[in-house]
Amino acid sequence: MTKTPAIEIAGLTKSYGDHAVLGGVDLSVPSGTVFALLGANGAGKTTAVKILSTLLRADGGTAAVNGYDVATEAARVRESISLTGQFAAVDEILTGRENLVLIAQLRHLEDAGGIADDLLARFELADAAGRRVATYSGGMRRRLDIAMSLIGDPPVLFLDEPTTGLDPQSRIEVWKTVRELAGQGATVLLTTQYLDEAEHLADRIAILHEGRIIANGTLAELKQLLPPTKVEYVEKQPTLEDIFLAVVGHDGRNK
Amino acid sequence: MTTYVFRDTAVLLKRSLRHILRSPDTIITTAVTPIAMLLLFVYVFGGAIEVGGGNYVNYLLPGILLITVASGIAYTAFRLFTDVSGGIFERFQSMPIARSAVLWGHVLTSVVANLISLALVVLVAVAMGFRSGAGVLAWLAVLGILVLFTLALTWLAVIPGLTAKSIDGVSGFSYPLIFLPFISSAFVPTSSMPGPVRWFAQHQPVTSIVNTLRNLYAAQPVGNDGWIAVAWCVGLLLVAYALAMSTYRRKIA
Repeated sequence: MTKTPAIEIAGLTKSYGDHAVLGGVDLSVPSGTVFALLGANGAGKTTAVKILSTLLRADGGTAAVNGYDVATEAARVRESISLTGQFAAVDEILTGRENLVLIAQLRHLEDAGGIADDLLARFELADAAGRRVATYSGGMRRRLDIAMSLIGDPPVLFLDEPTTGLDPQSRIEVWKTVRELAGQGATVLLTTQYLDEAEHLADRIAILHEGRIIANGTLAELKQLLPPTKVEYVEKQPTLEDIFLAVVGHDGRNK
Repeated sequence: MTTYVFRDTAVLLKRSLRHILRSPDTIITTAVTPIAMLLLFVYVFGGAIEVGGGNYVNYLLPGILLITVASGIAYTAFRLFTDVSGGIFERFQSMPIARSAVLWGHVLTSVVANLISLALVVLVAVAMGFRSGAGVLAWLAVLGILVLFTLALTWLAVIPGLTAKSIDGVSGFSYPLIFLPFISSAFVPTSSMPGPVRWFAQHQPVTSIVNTLRNLYAAQPVGNDGWIAVAWCVGLLLVAYALAMSTYRRKIA
């Protein structure tokens, strides 16, 4: 890969009072990859994302997104990114369509209405387009939230715990969306506390623990950190998730 | 990016005006308390209050209008708090939009909403016998002072909207503002008050603003009160704006 990395972090530190949240994070995310930042609650994932999306200032170190420094070229960074935070950042009083039009207008795009209609169709929200978001289910809200983040085709997307609090079907829908995004060449930085999520989606995985990156690599590379696999024969029982999805209809649609 | 300030502000203004259209109860609630006070003071206490001739509705209206604004701006704090706690504020901050537009959208919405509430209160006052012989210019001056006063208090309301930790903290700040007109010339002449209270009443902003509004629509000369009222409004506006902006910059830094 000869392109500049989509995200480049060196020695990033951030403390709240005496509590060091990030203790010198180094990370490089190649352009066009899905990168998972894996860590427990309180590991510093959200803090890192907030610094990268210009919402927080780091105490030390440097961070660049799409080649722009987050501290000195914040406006350029904002043109290159979109952020989907931990909680769906939607306007409850507006309808789904109005939310999308609002973001398209704020991104100064032509034909905001057309963009909104395309996304409503793509995220299977067309039927609910004219309803207030307050009446949406958690999964629909998350879909709208992600749809809003895609407006303007920003090259770097931050998804902060995109599936926390979602039911299994909505989770699969979000995963599908992330894969599609990756297929279109966007760089996705995803934080998650679910190991299977990182395993399913990410090209590369970094483990953030107590404010430091303690492992970084592809899934195959990370697996090599453990002793070689033992071969055992185990009868594979369906997981509860398999059963749940089979019983409710397993096409992953929220109908 | 500065070229987008007006465009972004217009988009965000449209958004929060939609909020108001969908919950018009905020405008009605704003107007209900002042209207109740108007009724209470005119029909219950008014008979016992001596204001030196003229009808009491005319005397009372300016103070009631200021109370309307003081209770109306609490909704700006509330709407801003909802944005901040709900996450859409962070979405706006992570987007390439003019930084000040996020606040101006809310502030201009407050001006529109308060003007509607004020119009409702004036209509009720007219039904109760409020009459004015003032011309268009005097009414424009009344409008101008009320808009300045609304802007000043709204920028003040931006501060709790940005910093409050809970919804209770958001609404609490406006109570002293609603109370302030009671210790002024709004309800009774200050000359009836005991020494220190009278001193406070005569030197706080509400009295000069109330006297100015009263003289304007009575088609009387405004005198020094007019300049003092404008000075208070502009001074409050500048201080509130500076405080709100520095709070905002600290919040988004």
